[in-house]
Amino acid sequence: MSDHKTMTLTLIVWRQKNANDPGKFETYTAKNITEHHSFLEMLDCVNEDLIHSGKDPIVFDHDCREGICGMCSQVINGAPHGGQDRTTVCQLHMRKFKDGDTIYIEPWRARAFPIIRDLIVDRSALDKIIQAGGYTSCHTGGVADGNAILIPKPVADEAMDAAECVGCGACVAGCPNGAAMLFTGAKVSQLALLPQGKAEAAERVMNMSNAMTECGFGNCTNHYECQAACPKGINVKFIARMNREFLKAQFA
Amino acid sequence: MQLFSTSIGRKILMAITGQCIVLFAVIHLLGNSSIFGWLPGGINAYAHHLHSLPSPIIWGFRLGLLAFVCIHIWFGIQLTMENRGGRPRQYAVKYTQKASFASENMIWTGSLLLLFIVYHLLHFTIQVISPETAALTHPDVLGNPNVLGMVVAAFQNVGVTLIYAGAMVVLFLHLSHGIQSFFQTMGWSNDRIQPFITKAGTLVALVMFLGYAAVPLTILVRILK
Repeated sequence: MSDHKTMTLTLIVWRQKNANDPGKFETYTAKNITEHHSFLEMLDCVNEDLIHSGKDPIVFDHDCREGICGMCSQVINGAPHGGQDRTTVCQLHMRKFKDGDTIYIEPWRARAFPIIRDLIVDRSALDKIIQAGGYTSCHTGGVADGNAILIPKPVADEAMDAAECVGCGACVAGCPNGAAMLFTGAKVSQLALLPQGKAEAAERVMNMSNAMTECGFGNCTNHYECQAACPKGINVKFIARMNREFLKAQFA
Repeated sequence: MQLFSTSIGRKILMAITGQCIVLFAVIHLLGNSSIFGWLPGGINAYAHHLHSLPSPIIWGFRLGLLAFVCIHIWFGIQLTMENRGGRPRQYAVKYTQKASFASENMIWTGSLLLLFIVYHLLHFTIQVISPETAALTHPDVLGNPNVLGMVVAAFQNVGVTLIYAGAMVVLFLHLSHGIQSFFQTMGWSNDRIQPFITKAGTLVALVMFLGYAAVPLTILVRILK
């Protein structure tokens, strides 16, 4: 690695002790960063320096570091997950930055996501939406035969496209209104598309969209920032599908 | 029906009332175009025909339109206020990828349009702003209200023309986001047709702008007299 040039970056990071603390930006210097570091590895380096100098490390969420779990959640220079197409923070690499860059790092900001500490927010509001209807009711028992219910391939594919959502909340963080329509739209759609989910479709869309409002999420005004922010590329067509399901539910 | 209380329901009401107002604006534009002479007797005859409709039809139409406008404004303000709190603190760096100036300023373009509509009604419907050229009190030689004379007198003034043309720029912005939003909100959209709907919506908004702005501008440069 010695033949690689290293970068020095200025980080302006949101620090907040708990939900009641007003919080503020602190400036740090990240030294000896190579282009091969992931963004989270870069923060690990900064945290090691902070720990060695007796300071509190920057607290952030992460888990798989493979871009599939949806745990990491940082807004980098105003863009959820850093603004690289279909990329989570953990898969964002420092080759996207230049020596001397100044980088703003903030938590997801939404009324429905209270800050727990620094860059960690409480995303349990998304779980409440799932609890309101993100399931199908079925009898337990023997495993049903895989092909007992025939589902056309395009329909299965579209349901799978919606099911790609990892529930990271970037759509909410990117939405100027703090709305969870893309998340909820994806969850409503993945079930409404399939025969097993159709039975409860009307109930589901009403319960999940009501839960969305109760949790403090804003309303959709069709900016489509959610789609741009989504690391899984969930399309706003699923919001249109949820709106359609909502209208159908009015006449069900 | 939970249209008046839920998030998606109110969004659908915004879409339907907005689209009805757009349809009215299209009819209004077709009426305006009679000023260019395709109708015998021009816009004066058109105004006469319109005013000769039975009054229940005229007032039913007016009150219906007023109801749509009121619903659109009421929920527009309510939803905007709710959404302002959706993100309690803005990010240090503003970064948007898909939101546009038009989509971010619907409440302001809408407010400007409301002001314009009030002015326009006082000007050309109730006709109290320039009573000396009011069409209702100054019939033409055929006995029709002299709308042409009223409009020409108004738009020979640069200031009035600028107000109207400026308002039509605002209308363009409002509709360029609003028309495609209608289809998305009604669920009549998907990834294949959405780019087309967005372009078609902007095109309709542009046609409306050009059509409406044509009257004051052609009068100002004395093409239409």
